[in-house]
Amino acid sequence: MNIRKDSGSLKWILIGICAVFLTVMLILPLVYVLITAFEKGIHVFGTAVSDEYAVKAIFLTLKVTVITLIFNTIFGIFAAWCITRFQFRGKKVISTLIDLPLTVSPIIAGLIYVLTFGRQSALYPFLKSVGINIIFAVPGIVLATIFVTFPFVSREIIPVLTAQGTDEEEAAALMGAGGFTIFREITFPHIKWALLYGIVLCSARAMGEFGAVSVLSGHLRGKTNTMPLYIELLYQGYDFTGAFAVSAILVLMAVVILILRSKLEKKGKKEVD
Amino acid sequence: MKNRKRKTARVIPGFGLSLGITITMLGLIVIIPLCSLVIFSSQLSFQSFISTVTRPRVLCSYAVSFQTAFVAALIDAVMGIILAWVLVRYRFPGKEIMNGIIELPFALPTAVAGIALTHLTTTNGWVGSIFHRFGIRIAYTRVGITVALVFIGIPFVVRAVLEKIDIQYEEAAHVLGANSRQTIFKVIFPEILPALISGFTMSFARGLGEYGSVVFIAGNTPYETEIAPLMIMSELQEYDYASATSIALVMLLTAFMILFVNAVLQSRTSKIVSGIA
Amino acid sequence: MVQQNKNYIELKNINKSFEKFQASKDINFGIEKGRLVALLGPSGSGKTTILRMIAGLENADSGEIVIDGKVVNDIPASQRRVGFVFQNYALFRYKTVYDNIAFGLKVNHWNKADIKKRVSELINLVNLNGLEKRYPNQLSGGQRQRVAFARALAPNPELLLLDEPFAAIDAKVRQELRSWLREMINKVGITSIFVTHDQDEAIEVADEIIITNKGRVEQIGSPREIYNTPRTAFVAEFMGHPTKINNISSFWGFTGLDASYHAVIRPENVSISKKTDKIRYEVTAEEGVVERVLFRGKELEIWVRIHGILLQGTRRAEEEPIREGEQVKVFIYRAYVYKEDGEVQIVVNQTIRAEESVII
Repeated sequence: MNIRKDSGSLKWILIGICAVFLTVMLILPLVYVLITAFEKGIHVFGTAVSDEYAVKAIFLTLKVTVITLIFNTIFGIFAAWCITRFQFRGKKVISTLIDLPLTVSPIIAGLIYVLTFGRQSALYPFLKSVGINIIFAVPGIVLATIFVTFPFVSREIIPVLTAQGTDEEEAAALMGAGGFTIFREITFPHIKWALLYGIVLCSARAMGEFGAVSVLSGHLRGKTNTMPLYIELLYQGYDFTGAFAVSAILVLMAVVILILRSKLEKKGKKEVD
Repeated sequence: MKNRKRKTARVIPGFGLSLGITITMLGLIVIIPLCSLVIFSSQLSFQSFISTVTRPRVLCSYAVSFQTAFVAALIDAVMGIILAWVLVRYRFPGKEIMNGIIELPFALPTAVAGIALTHLTTTNGWVGSIFHRFGIRIAYTRVGITVALVFIGIPFVVRAVLEKIDIQYEEAAHVLGANSRQTIFKVIFPEILPALISGFTMSFARGLGEYGSVVFIAGNTPYETEIAPLMIMSELQEYDYASATSIALVMLLTAFMILFVNAVLQSRTSKIVSGIA
Repeated sequence: MVQQNKNYIELKNINKSFEKFQASKDINFGIEKGRLVALLGPSGSGKTTILRMIAGLENADSGEIVIDGKVVNDIPASQRRVGFVFQNYALFRYKTVYDNIAFGLKVNHWNKADIKKRVSELINLVNLNGLEKRYPNQLSGGQRQRVAFARALAPNPELLLLDEPFAAIDAKVRQELRSWLREMINKVGITSIFVTHDQDEAIEVADEIIITNKGRVEQIGSPREIYNTPRTAFVAEFMGHPTKINNISSFWGFTGLDASYHAVIRPENVSISKKTDKIRYEVTAEEGVVERVLFRGKELEIWVRIHGILLQGTRRAEEEPIREGEQVKVFIYRAYVYKEDGEVQIVVNQTIRAEESVII
């Protein structure tokens, strides 16, 4: 690309504005969390994060994230395959519905699950008779998390598959290859970085989801508290060091995710060339 | 199969399976819950719906949400375009980091962002204390809410504009050769406008619904700094599903309307652009 | 005419629409075994749709496609024993040349030794030795075409279909590849159909040409037949880079024709001479003014204006040069004449006809 090497004042003013903005808005909060978490020493941090309930929150978050990832990855691949490889009526409706969760407030996402599975729902008597608790329990948290991250994987894959076109798959199918072979041998190499990127984004959001989970969790310490909810709990109880200590774990994960992201993006770009 | 002639041959296998799985999962996660929202709403009486959503406290919460989300989206649009421009056009030390850090709001849990921003902007926080000297309070005011929403929304605009500006700038640089700032502005700006509008819309819609980062910094004073999602949340905590749903319906409709306007604008601008070309 | 039962492939009353666009209208034709056939037509004429329907990549709305005596409409593409070369080759980008060619064999469960033997056979055939381990993006356009060709041939198909096989190749090597492809197909002896919009390509490569226009078949015949005796107005206007003329009866030598006739005149039927040259058919030569002279290597392309019409003619480069603006004598040997939607007739200049009748 043709980058002008002007050292005009405009350039440095604009860069300066960006640098200040990003430092204050994005970097400062990061730094603040880390400093607050460790200011009373590594020992205090250690106690805060090894607290019984903190550990339980961490494990619940991991569990929810893994289930969400499995579900949304399977969905993302099939949905992307279906939307980009075939022409059919109702395709627009399906892609709109897939993207819908992006525009729904997390609180409303929680609400619709409460309405679906809660006491006033038609399903409630049935669920009660088989002894399944969904709202104010782990299944509700999982469902809400799946909902808010629902399109994350498919959205990353679909543009790649659209750009690739269907010729290679058609050629493979003409030779008699089956669906799974075509996907594994022909399609997968094209989408692997986008898929991984989608998974990374999906896990970031899944670990951090607060609003929707907050509606559906019964806020039961050690049972239905994920890390963000546990942070809220500590914060409301004025245990700021504890809140920031648990936050620090999430901050570190965010940084790892950002590094992974830029690595994956570069890899993807390289392969396109 | 023998006597049935399909209109399009599906050479690539897996249509039935992938459509089946897609629709099943979509049904489970999106369609059924949305239907139950619709069913539940249809049972609400119109009277009580109106009286709920016109309660002064609810109306105020809408106003707060709308106002702060709009201002935040505007700030994001301006900063987003400057950031995208700087990232595409200039080479400078730290560019890589800048590029990477922009998506932090996607990666950082909103609750963490919320408590960090709150502590930074209280009257004795690192940033808040500076502003306090000039008599400006950030945390626990609408300014604070706006700050949180700016944080949440910035990557939407940068992402949307960056993709567009990247190609446009490259092409324009080749075609024009010249580096007349005015020409670049005249050529490139109209080209990236649709992307900018779309980024603005996304961050606006996201801002309207945002909860995690806002709830800590807002202070949640009724009539002052109570956002609409918080109103829904407090109705839910009192198990008043009818009120919660009523308030939510208005928000959902607003969000869809914003997206619809965006879709219309997008198709119109793309028509204009293709009309010229 | 070709006998029905001799046809290896046959399309009967094929219709096909995409939403409101009708891509094929009542297509009927047959192809004998072992022939190399070109589907020639302008873009949007429905030629690729025909090819894709034969392959099974599209289904016909009505009509029958018969391959080797069997109706294949309901047979899936993968079982039609058809090799398909895509326009941009659709090589598997993440597979090596070897794996590209071997793919069709692997999915059909050939054993390893046979695959190896067959692939090296094909690599030899298309002369890609030493490039087995390359990836498609490390190959030139011509090499990619050869890989695509080898890949399509690998599972021993009965029929080879090629969609614009030269479209993605530089003009420079295109010429070379045309004769290469023809040679290759003759060597393998496989029935082949290729789609092209380039008449020179069709004429040079094919045994038989099927001309399509607006979803219909206009004419079928050998390259010579198609070129020399176009039967429809479209074919007459399409073949041989002609100039269309609406007032043919005002040209000397064609004055007896009805004024409602349209005509096309091909450059090779227009002879251009200097005023001072002695020419054979002086009587019905027209006068014209040269507007442009283009050097085309072995010949000059000359554009002359006569009766307000710009006509293209040629002149050998070694003849005395003609300059732009010069007054010249123009003799038109023959014109293809037709009424709107009517039969095309070849009309030879009256002077030649008169002379021939004298001789006879």
